[in-house]
Amino acid sequence: MWECPNYTSQLHPQLRTKMEVLLGFTGKDYTIVAASKAAMRGATILKAADDKTKQLNKHTLMAFSGEAGDTVQFAEYIQANIQLYSMRNDTDLGPSAVASFVRGELARSLRSRKPYTVNLLLGGMDPITNEPHLYWLDYLASLAPLPYAAHGYAQYYCLSILDKHHHPDIDFEQGLKILKMCTDELKRRLPIDFKGMLVKVIDKDGIREIDYDMSKEVLPA
Amino acid sequence: MSRRYDSRTTIFSPEGRLYQVEYALEAISHAGTAIGILSTDGIVLAAERKVTSKLLEQDTSAEKLYILNDNMICAVAGMTADANILINYARQAAQRYLLTYNEDIPCEQLVRRLCDLKQGYTQHGGLRPFGVSFIYAGYDPQRQFQLYQSNPSGNYGGWKATSVGANNASAQSLLKQDYKEECDLKEACGLAVKVLSKTMDSTKLTSEKIEFATVGKTKDGKVYHHLWGADEITTLLQEHGLAKAEEEDTG
Repeated sequence: MWECPNYTSQLHPQLRTKMEVLLGFTGKDYTIVAASKAAMRGATILKAADDKTKQLNKHTLMAFSGEAGDTVQFAEYIQANIQLYSMRNDTDLGPSAVASFVRGELARSLRSRKPYTVNLLLGGMDPITNEPHLYWLDYLASLAPLPYAAHGYAQYYCLSILDKHHHPDIDFEQGLKILKMCTDELKRRLPIDFKGMLVKVIDKDGIREIDYDMSKEVLPA
Repeated sequence: MSRRYDSRTTIFSPEGRLYQVEYALEAISHAGTAIGILSTDGIVLAAERKVTSKLLEQDTSAEKLYILNDNMICAVAGMTADANILINYARQAAQRYLLTYNEDIPCEQLVRRLCDLKQGYTQHGGLRPFGVSFIYAGYDPQRQFQLYQSNPSGNYGGWKATSVGANNASAQSLLKQDYKEECDLKEACGLAVKVLSKTMDSTKLTSEKIEFATVGKTKDGKVYHHLWGADEITTLLQEHGLAKAEEEDTG
């Protein structure tokens, strides 16, 4: 039988989870999703080029953070199911249908004996309407469609910047500028080194990773 | 000879046929005609009502046309009792899809779900196949308006205009003759009554004898389906000069 684990002896999972950065926003004809590259366990960084994203179908990308084993397990489970749908029906699910499906699975898990502790961002382009979408989901199975979103401590720094600078119809260059403002602020203010960001773009042509250089020193506050 | 292979649905005859499935198809060819016509801005389904009596309560329930979902309706030919089971199954499948994905099930998926069930009864022993053919009319954002037909074997296909039930061969050839690719919903309704009037026993029709339904889009782009009332059907019949004589006298 499952018992409540004793978290006092280790870093509380929610604390560690919050140090992982997930960030995303929509533009005029694209969605950008970015995730920190550090894989952490306790006070140790195990990997500096971790990919916290999974491609679900041609134009839907899911970024995940949370309890170490849960994240990959849950992401692979979702990915497999979405791919199965595409195979069976010769058509891809749209981003909003994917989001509803993922929320349903999280809600089911939440009411089980051992729920997944996973927070997610889901970015995509609707293949029919060609509109960009971004969905914010957390481990309590909340679902919110948003123009810009973040998970963890990154929320405190990025959302205020995005509040000020984000518009629904920004082009790609403007989007990258705003992303730079966000990641600079994270470098400046987050007390840990999250080993830079992995940045992916979803547009009408599909999903691609972009070279994103964060090596340049940021002026301290 | 065939007796040896008749009684089991799941056994092929030496000629490679499944007799029970063919008998089910035969049962359907005696049922009232149902037709479906695809147009540029919608779909019309029309069906012949076989059970008509002065004593029968009218308008209480549709005999041959049913709503499956917010975006889909169907016409039935064959055993109504069997159809009820399948329609219930389809409605549940559609709602389950809506619950998981928060959007309506694509038309072909719903048709396939039903056909998978029907197919099961041609393979697993001890039960008879469903004695119903369907014509489905629906809309989804990916493939717009769609018309499908399925039969007891579990086969289905997409059509521009099709018919099932009694006289379906003559209905089909009439449709082939008169169907125009670029017709609109109003023209399709006209073609539907014309074909029905020729395939039914009496040339003069009444609203008690036929059922009518349409799927279309409203001005603001929302998909609607509509089972026609008796007065609407009467108006359509009068427009095409197919209404019964006494109604023409008063009108």
